[in-house]
Amino acid sequence: MPPPLMPIKNERKQLNMEQQDNQWPLWEVFIQSKSGQPYKHAGSVHAPDGAMALENARDVYTRRNEGTSIWVVPAQYIVASTPEEVGSFFDPANDKVYRHPTFYDVPEGVKYL
Amino acid sequence: MPELSQLELETRFQKKIDDNLYIEPKDWMLDKYRKNLLRQISQHAHSEVIGMLPEANWITRAPNLRRKAALLAKVQDEAGHGLYLYSAAETLGSSREEILNLLLTGKAKYSSIFNYPTLTWADIGAIGWLVDGAAIINQVMLQRASYGPYARAMIRICREESFHQRQGYEIMLTLCRGTAEQKAMAQDALNRWWWPSLMMFGPHDKDSPHTGDMTKWRVKRESNDDLRQKFIDRTVPQADFLGITMPDKDLKWDEATQHYKFGEINWEEFNQVVSGNGPCNRERLNARVKAHNEGKWVRDAAAAYADKKRKKAA
Repeated sequence: MPPPLMPIKNERKQLNMEQQDNQWPLWEVFIQSKSGQPYKHAGSVHAPDGAMALENARDVYTRRNEGTSIWVVPAQYIVASTPEEVGSFFDPANDKVYRHPTFYDVPEGVKYL
Repeated sequence: MPELSQLELETRFQKKIDDNLYIEPKDWMLDKYRKNLLRQISQHAHSEVIGMLPEANWITRAPNLRRKAALLAKVQDEAGHGLYLYSAAETLGSSREEILNLLLTGKAKYSSIFNYPTLTWADIGAIGWLVDGAAIINQVMLQRASYGPYARAMIRICREESFHQRQGYEIMLTLCRGTAEQKAMAQDALNRWWWPSLMMFGPHDKDSPHTGDMTKWRVKRESNDDLRQKFIDRTVPQADFLGITMPDKDLKWDEATQHYKFGEINWEEFNQVVSGNGPCNRERLNARVKAHNEGKWVRDAAAAYADKKRKKAA
């Protein structure tokens, strides 16, 4: 069996400082580089809420005008396809060549097709 | 779907790497791969963060506003690089807090180069030119490392690092074109940073314990000695242009191999610094722990503020 997605170990290291779990929620960061472009995953940040996640994402991922807009999404709400099912999951598209324009014959001399 | 045997999983995993594909967080991976990468990526992250300390030492004493703004931006970048890398490390199944605690309790390593002191302004030039220069050679290789999140972090970091190297070289150039005293300062910085920079590439290939698996897993795509040679070949002509010389009497161009020959590295010094006895090991760790503790109120305030807003909204 594949290992679980994120086996967070709970052993606490002994520290002479704050001992409580200070782990803020994880936010995935998506950045639109230019107006009209799709949003692309850039990385992730930890933050206690959405507004601070946005600010952290700005400071971490757009220090050189890499973005015109940012989305932050709580990582726990992202649903992803599983690698083990990659074959069967994408399989329905494999045998449908007729979805591509190259499948069709265009007579010579016919333009704008 | 039939369950795959361990052997089949391992074979598929290795084939993916050999086919120049990438391993992503949810993909099956060898436990040893996960552990080794977690160690390497988190050490890399710690290096970025500890690397802020020797340079931060000169922010308030930068010679003018232009230099100060550039140095500040560079140190800020290093913090960002640390964050990219911590995020990548976390995808391997360890929490940010766990990873940080290993650093703060002195259990995790970071690049030994940051255990040397920055004595003069010229050291800031030497660090950008040599230390970032050496890091870039290593990181360019890692841009195609088999672990997706690591490779992507590296691409971002490499894009930003070239400014670091240039700002360092520009500082050196300005000093070398200045008074005799300024040029001597540049030479002195080169004398002190040259050998530690060569040590950044790690032990000779024959003495490098982790290289085998990391090569097989396409994390390490070039050997320590090859990377070091590449760095030397690129850097010596840059020093020639500055008019300063590497502190190595054996350094000379070898027409036959088309590479520079160089003297033996002092591995005893390397081992001492790695095992905690460098000039600044204790100082660096103490500064990091102090910063972490003194930042507690900021983290607490952020959490309290978020909490208050949530309650208001409810």
